Amino acid sequence: MSIDIRNVRKTFGDFIALENINLDIASGELLALLGPSGCGKTTLLRIIAGLETPDSGQILFHGEDATDRHVSERQVGFVFQHYALFRHMTVFDNVAFGLSVRPRRSRPSKEEIRERVMKLLKLVQLDWLADAYPAQLSGGQRQRIALARSLAVEPRVLLLDEPFGALDAKVRKDLRRWLRRLHDEMHITSVFVTHDQEEALEVSDRVVVMNHGRIEQAGRPDEIYETPATPFVTQFLGDVNLFHGRVDAGQVAIGDYAHPIADPSATDGAAKVYVRPHDIELSREPGAALASGTIEHIHAVGPIVRVELKRDDSDTYIDAALTKEQYQSLRLMLGDQVYIRPRKVAVFVDEGAHI
Amino acid sequence: MALATNQTERTAATTESVVVRYVLTGFALVFLTLFLFVPLVSVFWEALAKGWDLYLAALTDPEAVNAIKLTLITALIAVPLNLVFGVAAAWAIARFEFRGKALLTTLIDLPFSISPVVAGLIYVLLFGAQGWLGPWLAEHDIKIIFAIPGIVLATVFVTFPFVARELIPLMQAQGADEEQAALVLGASGWQTFWRVTLPNIKWGLLYGVILCNARAMGEFGAVSVVSGHIRGQTNTVPLHVEILYNEYNFIGAFACASLLAGLALVTLALKTFVEWRATQQHKGDAVPLEARARLASAH
Repeated sequence: MSIDIRNVRKTFGDFIALENINLDIASGELLALLGPSGCGKTTLLRIIAGLETPDSGQILFHGEDATDRHVSERQVGFVFQHYALFRHMTVFDNVAFGLSVRPRRSRPSKEEIRERVMKLLKLVQLDWLADAYPAQLSGGQRQRIALARSLAVEPRVLLLDEPFGALDAKVRKDLRRWLRRLHDEMHITSVFVTHDQEEALEVSDRVVVMNHGRIEQAGRPDEIYETPATPFVTQFLGDVNLFHGRVDAGQVAIGDYAHPIADPSATDGAAKVYVRPHDIELSREPGAALASGTIEHIHAVGPIVRVELKRDDSDTYIDAALTKEQYQSLRLMLGDQVYIRPRKVAVFVDEGAHI
Repeated sequence: MALATNQTERTAATTESVVVRYVLTGFALVFLTLFLFVPLVSVFWEALAKGWDLYLAALTDPEAVNAIKLTLITALIAVPLNLVFGVAAAWAIARFEFRGKALLTTLIDLPFSISPVVAGLIYVLLFGAQGWLGPWLAEHDIKIIFAIPGIVLATVFVTFPFVARELIPLMQAQGADEEQAALVLGASGWQTFWRVTLPNIKWGLLYGVILCNARAMGEFGAVSVVSGHIRGQTNTVPLHVEILYNEYNFIGAFACASLLAGLALVTLALKTFVEWRATQQHKGDAVPLEARARLASAH
């Protein structure tokens, strides 16, 4: 089922949690809402679920206005950040809850409920825990039970709030692959909230990056990563080096250095230039470089060699990530002076600079 | 909060020397013996001083029986009323943001902070013959002061905070996540209350009810003001004890007092059991403590 979010706005007192959000979620899509804490992503998810009411705007489910529909009638599955399993019920009763609270005429028989619950528990590979209580489960197991519980009511939409946030790194990785596979099998429209860019980029079909209650950019993971639309998105998606320079006639100039840029539409003016550590080439030649620097630290454990340089023209530090081969062929040593040449830059001309 | 017992093991580094420990423990024990244990024993001792027969006779005296009945009736009305009020108030305070919430929280504590005598006087002022509603009540032949309704009202007032006070911190700590999960799964508000909220708070609730009941049966001050001390009609057990004592009927007074002392002992035993069950449940909570603290501060 598709979800359309139209002009949704939400405030908590003076705090603007969401400002005029517009977003269409296609049927069967796995969408990630990505952003730092306080950016409004969880509020948006709760508004879709009906756990919060927007101040203005609409939520459409399959083209139908669902804004005023009560949370219990929206047929959504919601997985809470801290699982929210019913602590006094067994795993079986937790998963059966949604079916057993249905009014008598639409409630399945006891045997049917039993069958469906056991099928779901098998799906999450925890059928052997049916009689356990939530307190006896590990974090990853609780998360899977929470997911099974939300799937039991055959929701039209699955909403997950920081689904892997409270788990340790290893379980997290397993579980997100597992979620991806599950989604590919069931094809249920799913939205999950995360502050972990790696998670969002790896699992989802589409990523929506949010900041200060606004959508900064929405697009496929590779699109977002390769062509970030704003400085915020660039910085949020991973480590990045920042250079301040000027765009002038198809070139970005920093001090004595100039580097050609591909984007012909860039207007001239003061600009921020972002380069990811793995997009930096260190060279003994000055051609097309952005700056020069002195090597202050080399961290050579693992397949990637991290080099920390101090720029010669300012006190800022630059991180470069080289492959072992590049590092060895350059024969870099501490204290060497080298040129910093970007393979790929993201240039944002300061809009305020024109005024 | 009563439910939060400290479970941390103490290490040698944080423990006082043996002397200090024994002195402190000894001091506490002497104090407890002098001020709690000796009086408690003396109540039973005095009650049984002239033998079982007189003790039983004192308890089966019609006036004593009447006082016991009245005390039970009062508790039977006051406790369920405060159970419902307490749950409703705790629910409202723990789950919703509304104007006047701080005021409501303060008002719940009011019966704890004012003297029970004043609480009784409030009702005399309202419903007494010279009170605001007195003439109207007299016209319609409704008796509140110096009658059972007054006693019940005063008891309800005095025992109001017990259930609510017990539940508010508990419900705030548990957060609303489970209830929201139930709603999302399609449960109605009523189903959510009976199947999720109530099972989660049942031990805290029971604890509050036990304390509420003990106070309802033992209340003296407020009830004394509104009762009128009519023998065989408006005397509860505590009032009856006072009257008998003032008449130098020590056997009767201590026999009835032994009932209240027995009630206290039963209450203590139940309270300990419920506390123990509640900590068992507490330990098994699915949500880690720091997460619950965060949830509590978010609501």
